[in-house]
Amino acid sequence: MVTAQGFWSLIKRPALLLFAMLVASLALASLAISPAHADETNTDKYDYIFSGNVKYNDEPLEGVQLLVDGNGYSAEVVTDEKGHWEVGVPEKAKYNITLVESTLPKGVIVAPDEEGRITISEKGATVEAEFGLTKDKSVNFFLGEGVRKVTPFIDRLMGSIMNGLNFGLMLALASIGLSLIYGTTGIAIFSHAEMVTLGAVGAFFFSVFLGWPIWIGIPLALILSAAAGYTQDMAIWRPLRKRGLSIVQLMIVSIGFSLALRYLFQFFIGGGTTLLPTNPDTTSKLNILGPIHLSIVDMVSMAISIVVLAAVAFWLLYTRTGKATRAINDNESLSAASGIDVDKVVRLVWVLGSVLAGLSGVLWAYFRPGIKWDMGWQLLLLIFAAVVLGGLGTAFGALVGSIIIGLLVELTPLWLSADIKYVGALVVLIVVLLFRPQGLLGKKERVG
Amino acid sequence: MDFLGILSQTASWILRPETIAYALATMGLAVHFGYGGLLNFGQAGFMLIGGYGYAISILSLGWPWWAGILVGIGASIIFAFILGLPTLRLRADYLAIATIALAEALRLIVQSTMLDDVTNSADGLGGYHEGFRSANPFPPGTYGFGPWTYNEAELWIRVFGLILLGLAIWGVWALMRSPWGRVLRGIREDEDAVRALGKNVFAYKMQSLIIGGILGTLGGVVLVLPSAVVPQVYLPSLTFFLWTILLLGGAATIWGPVLGTVIFWIVYSFLGLFLPEMVNAGWIPGVTPSQMGVVRFILVGVALMLIVIFRPQGILGDKRELSFNARK
Amino acid sequence: MPASSNETKSKIATGPNAPGVPKTDPIIIADNVTRHFGGLMAVDVEHLEIQRGIITALIGPNGAGKTTLFNLLSGFDSPNSGKWSFDGTALAGIPSFKVSQMGQVRTFQLTKALSMLSVLENMKLGAKGQSGERLWSSILPWTWRKQDDEIEAKAMDLLARFKLDTKADDFAASLSGGQRKLLEMARALMSDPSLIMLDEPMAGVNPALTESLLEHIVDLKKHGMSVLFVEHDMQMVSHIADWVVVMAEGKVVAEGPPSAVMKDPAVIDAYLGSHQGTDLGVVTGRIDLPDLSKSKGSK
Repeated sequence: MVTAQGFWSLIKRPALLLFAMLVASLALASLAISPAHADETNTDKYDYIFSGNVKYNDEPLEGVQLLVDGNGYSAEVVTDEKGHWEVGVPEKAKYNITLVESTLPKGVIVAPDEEGRITISEKGATVEAEFGLTKDKSVNFFLGEGVRKVTPFIDRLMGSIMNGLNFGLMLALASIGLSLIYGTTGIAIFSHAEMVTLGAVGAFFFSVFLGWPIWIGIPLALILSAAAGYTQDMAIWRPLRKRGLSIVQLMIVSIGFSLALRYLFQFFIGGGTTLLPTNPDTTSKLNILGPIHLSIVDMVSMAISIVVLAAVAFWLLYTRTGKATRAINDNESLSAASGIDVDKVVRLVWVLGSVLAGLSGVLWAYFRPGIKWDMGWQLLLLIFAAVVLGGLGTAFGALVGSIIIGLLVELTPLWLSADIKYVGALVVLIVVLLFRPQGLLGKKERVG
Repeated sequence: MDFLGILSQTASWILRPETIAYALATMGLAVHFGYGGLLNFGQAGFMLIGGYGYAISILSLGWPWWAGILVGIGASIIFAFILGLPTLRLRADYLAIATIALAEALRLIVQSTMLDDVTNSADGLGGYHEGFRSANPFPPGTYGFGPWTYNEAELWIRVFGLILLGLAIWGVWALMRSPWGRVLRGIREDEDAVRALGKNVFAYKMQSLIIGGILGTLGGVVLVLPSAVVPQVYLPSLTFFLWTILLLGGAATIWGPVLGTVIFWIVYSFLGLFLPEMVNAGWIPGVTPSQMGVVRFILVGVALMLIVIFRPQGILGDKRELSFNARK
Repeated sequence: MPASSNETKSKIATGPNAPGVPKTDPIIIADNVTRHFGGLMAVDVEHLEIQRGIITALIGPNGAGKTTLFNLLSGFDSPNSGKWSFDGTALAGIPSFKVSQMGQVRTFQLTKALSMLSVLENMKLGAKGQSGERLWSSILPWTWRKQDDEIEAKAMDLLARFKLDTKADDFAASLSGGQRKLLEMARALMSDPSLIMLDEPMAGVNPALTESLLEHIVDLKKHGMSVLFVEHDMQMVSHIADWVVVMAEGKVVAEGPPSAVMKDPAVIDAYLGSHQGTDLGVVTGRIDLPDLSKSKGSK
């Protein structure tokens, strides 16, 4: 804690300025890629031209938006008062042309065609178009009366919130394990990611490879996780602590271990994704209440997470070993002096942390869905983000942080592209470090 | 098994753009960790900035190739500030987590379809070579011998990379023997002590982060000079390979990164060729060649563990001058 | 009581020996400085002045808040409230390295010799205003070579004074605990500080070296520096200190010349009763040992 709060006051201004610049440049970047509104886009720039007329009951529709993309090129166009549009494209190739249905008048939709060329998505109706012998190609959509089957925003929001909670809870299982290990040993352990994968791979091994029922496979997978945690502490971490390796050395050892384990998984299960046995009855969404839809797997998964998390909380708060764990977390040498067997508690924490990670791996394998050799690694940075957000080394902080990160990850696609849904969590990590490095529930003295 | 072919292929890795790029990026890590004690686990992010900064400046902005390098350097300085401002006043492991997270965020962003116009998302970027190639001072022809035979374009990339590497080695050497380097090494040992002596520890750490980051960026540029910018290259594994190289050669040494890189690539490429061949030759039953290809990644992880445990000072390092510090 | 001690006393304080008494020429002034950790009030100092040009000892039992106060005064920690100044400059919000540049250099309770740097490099790191420590000039050796040679000469002089000159090229890690303390002190002197703050300079040092350490501390005063040091062994303090500040439970409970402080019942209560060790013998011969039999008896 002696590290320079003074510095902070010195750099606060430039730091904020920098962040403002970053945000501004991101905003600019998004402006730069927004379209020019016109009925002719890039027609003078390129030779190949798509065109069409949007009409409903022979009446031209003005202001309907169309998107053209493909081959690394994309453009947008809006119809003029005659319902006409034209888009130039750089190559004589296949492009996707999408009519944005939300820009059509109410009650009008793109009529599905018999050949099934049209695919309807959230954005609108998309057809693939290709040039014939000429440089021009006309593309027309047939409009009809009907109601667009777009999920209302509130439904999507509720769905995302439920998904986020579910994801956050399973993230919490993994995060609490990491946080407990960090709290008692001081190591930010990267190979925790592989303990997540191990749970899923274990379930896969018992229930798919050996073909045993899943209700035997999952408990066996958790026993395997526990054994892995115990063995790790016995064979690697405790001897290395006794050898006098520094925290940083141990952290890098954990990175090497993580790499080795990850590729060991790939060696055995290959690079693809495999599924755990499921039953359509348990994975299809049911109407629960109003806009909330959950599958049986979702509900079971959330129930398991909540029960296990409550049990861990009870253990930490009310049992002797749980209290000892928290005591070591606060002050290791003092705890050792007051008669707590630190080695024993640390081993217990390794076992518990690995089981929790394994369980979160199994649940996540259903949620994603699928099992992959590097699935745990994909989760690791979110675990770090959750743990730092809640307060590094605080178990309850990890829970709060995980729920927030889970919601953030699942809510991001409502507004932004789904492929950056993890980015928000990582940005939160940096912002937390900037403004409240001890995390939401951490004590200020811990970070210096 | 074509053993001579494998050996010849392996030998070619001693001087490849990838080798030079890794050596440059690892020099950067040496400035961060070896001399300054900073745990940067996001060097892949700096390399990404180098690659994309270079390619985007040429493709989207139409700037000359050398300006592309300058853009990469400028962007990496901004990235270093974003990383450093929140974390350099905190404990070492916070920097570790922040760097790996931001580097990964950067990769997800450039891979995202949101920026497709500029980054071409997951497909990456290519076709930016004209400027660099037209600056080639070597006339067309065949140069070198044996596994090290190059045409003029390949030679130019290597010579350019080696010039950068030479400058980097000289620069790091000059910095570290100076009073500036003395302060930085002092910070690695105990930053409070250095602070008590009136040095602005934060500024030195930031300078170290920026300089090492620039070296990473230059490595990123060299990496994309021969062919294309591929976003899947900049995974955290890349950073960990660099760490393995750094610790193998010796973190607080001038020549460690170069030696480590050469050894790493020789072993890594040899295993990449030899292991599948062993399967093909029927020496290892029950295993497919592609499975065997994975084994070398497992070995990198095991090697990293063993080096850190048994020889943390690396091949060239002095056992007494260790970058690992019990207090951190 | 020797006359010299009374003379010193009359020069230092402007009032009776009580906590917070104003000094004739203070180098540090602290007002209402508080620092709490969670519920624990570690430091709660109403008013404190440290006199320039003398040796002031800060004593008190474990947990009295001495090191915390040290951290606050040197900018390594910031108080929850209060004002404090060094040499007339308010220090609130000033980072520790700037405080050090202003001429207030400190050492640490747990020695912070930079183990993997040589003894000489440790020393050279202590010098202020080195042009070679700036990034741009560092790669141009001709801009700093001359200054670096001067610094090296000065470092060797100091090392000779502290009898460490034969170890100049060794890693600091190879020094003994006491030698590291000496190195840390010598390194602090490289910057020609006006105030040097030593946090338990005698802790963990073997008795043979303690004597020479005490001599060096007295020497600092002769070289015109003000000295503030933390110690909890009253016997050692009484040998060399001109003024003693006693802390207990975060507050200043007494201050005055060593002889007077040792007779203060509040001090005896808070501190002395349990901490009487064997005497090391008169080192400086400057102050006679106070008669402790009375305080022992009163216990």
